[in-house]
Amino acid sequence: MKKLSFSTVMLWLGLIFLYAPMFILIFYSFNASKLVTVWGGFSAKWYVELFKDQQILDAVWTSLEIAFLSASMAVVLGTMAAFVMTRFRRSWAKLSLSNMITAPLVMPEVITGLSLLLLFVHMADLIGWPAERGRLTIWLAHSTFCAAYVAVVVSSRLRELDMSIEEAAMDLGATPLKTFFLITVPMIAPALTAGWLLSFSLSLDDLVIASFASGPGATTLPMVVFSSVRLGVSPKINALATLIILAVSLIAFLSWYFARRAEKRAKAAMEQ
Amino acid sequence: MSKRKKGFRFAIRGRHFTLGFPFLWLTLFFALPFAIVLKISFSTAAIAIPPYEPTFTYADQLLNVALNLGNYLLLLDDALYYTAYLGSLKIAVVSTLGCLLLGYPMAYAIARAPVKMQTVLLLLIMLPSWTSFLIRVYAWMGLLADTGLINNVLLWLGAIDEPLKILNTNIAVYIGIVYAYLPFMVLPLYANLVKMDMSLLEAAADLGSRSINTFWNITLPLSKGGVIAGSMLVFIPSVGEFVIPELLGGPDSLMIGKVLWQEFFNNRDWPVASALAIVMLGLLIIPITLFHHYQARDLEKEA
Repeated sequence: MKKLSFSTVMLWLGLIFLYAPMFILIFYSFNASKLVTVWGGFSAKWYVELFKDQQILDAVWTSLEIAFLSASMAVVLGTMAAFVMTRFRRSWAKLSLSNMITAPLVMPEVITGLSLLLLFVHMADLIGWPAERGRLTIWLAHSTFCAAYVAVVVSSRLRELDMSIEEAAMDLGATPLKTFFLITVPMIAPALTAGWLLSFSLSLDDLVIASFASGPGATTLPMVVFSSVRLGVSPKINALATLIILAVSLIAFLSWYFARRAEKRAKAAMEQ
Repeated sequence: MSKRKKGFRFAIRGRHFTLGFPFLWLTLFFALPFAIVLKISFSTAAIAIPPYEPTFTYADQLLNVALNLGNYLLLLDDALYYTAYLGSLKIAVVSTLGCLLLGYPMAYAIARAPVKMQTVLLLLIMLPSWTSFLIRVYAWMGLLADTGLINNVLLWLGAIDEPLKILNTNIAVYIGIVYAYLPFMVLPLYANLVKMDMSLLEAAADLGSRSINTFWNITLPLSKGGVIAGSMLVFIPSVGEFVIPELLGGPDSLMIGKVLWQEFFNNRDWPVASALAIVMLGLLIIPITLFHHYQARDLEKEA
């Protein structure tokens, strides 16, 4: 038998550390007992309770709607920024755009959230818009920070892309816009899909920025979960958490799959 | 000819739009907000809507600029804020070291695994960081509680006689941050370690260096960029962390993100919350620049 090295042991310990809490949570969501920590037999009753909770169902709908719209806007913004970052000449505008787009990746969320809220309050004061904070302001906030992730995913794809195909299309008389939509977009489509799905799950998950940017009109799912979790652990939340883990894992897996397929195709095309 | 000219003009306009639209968006929704935070940090709190006095007033051809330094002086004066900043820095440093100690061997093992295994292992590392952050922190509440799973198991094994107090202490915050940010440490380290020139390690082995020696003298110094990028990706967001100390920490795990949240939402003191954010940004300028520096260098190397 091969001797186990120290780093391999640490790898497996680390993976257990990452996954064990989630599996235990999923396991306890089927607990019949009202006490979260005492096993009282197998039951799916907390799932039934969950689907009767109108407040949670409303929040799920709000979150999905915001995530869908934010991911779409983030892909548009992020792709444009990625294009500037990889295809444009060095200029102060390009430099400041690439700094601004990557900044949200490391900025603490409380600072981003606070600053956006203060902006919305100021704008309402000066031009009367947005009149109240809600879905629209959360959408603006989420589109901005998700665009950063899209820009990273798409620009790494654009950097690998063979530019001669685009140049050939333009030499043959295609306008830049036509070249972009007929040549570039199909080639980077998997990266766009991956970026969209990543943004979707980021927006669905965000608590801090949404709490700052939202008003009385819109409550997202993480906000509902947070306010009930603050009071302690509850079996209903275990059921909800299980569904969220499964749904987001699926989205994450799909976005990984699309990015991976793009890589494979690119490799196959290069080998030909 | 005319079509070409039109196309050319379109290209110019298209280029401007491609640069201009995200540029304007980010200026409006990312850069301008920071300027506003800076402005409000110098204003005086008031019972009004919005709850602060204007910094600039114009009356009788006189532009009055009222800069209130009181918010910053308060941060220096009140031990609460001072303790919160120190507490945040301590928790972030310890958690970053924890992530590094666990994450480095993990990244090393992945980088040395067979190529086919590498993608699977990377996916396993990445997947949790894409599932809900809030839910994963919540999962630890049930594990660490006095009547939680860890205490139950330890009691049942007879290792302890009474439950350990872990939830609502700093220990729980460390566990939470290491758990939540571990993938951000492993990924940059892996990217760095996998690119390492193996011939250097072989040369060292041929010359009779022991593997521990090789690690300290060659592998570790060469992976400096990855260590710094990973550490900054963990350190920067954990300084401002709000969810983890709020759910897992106790009254003594005072972190600046939590204090900022309370000043803003509970005390409705917007100017002090803004000053807290500005000072936090000031503290993070060095790590953020360090991160960007190593990121930019990595990209240049690839190009």
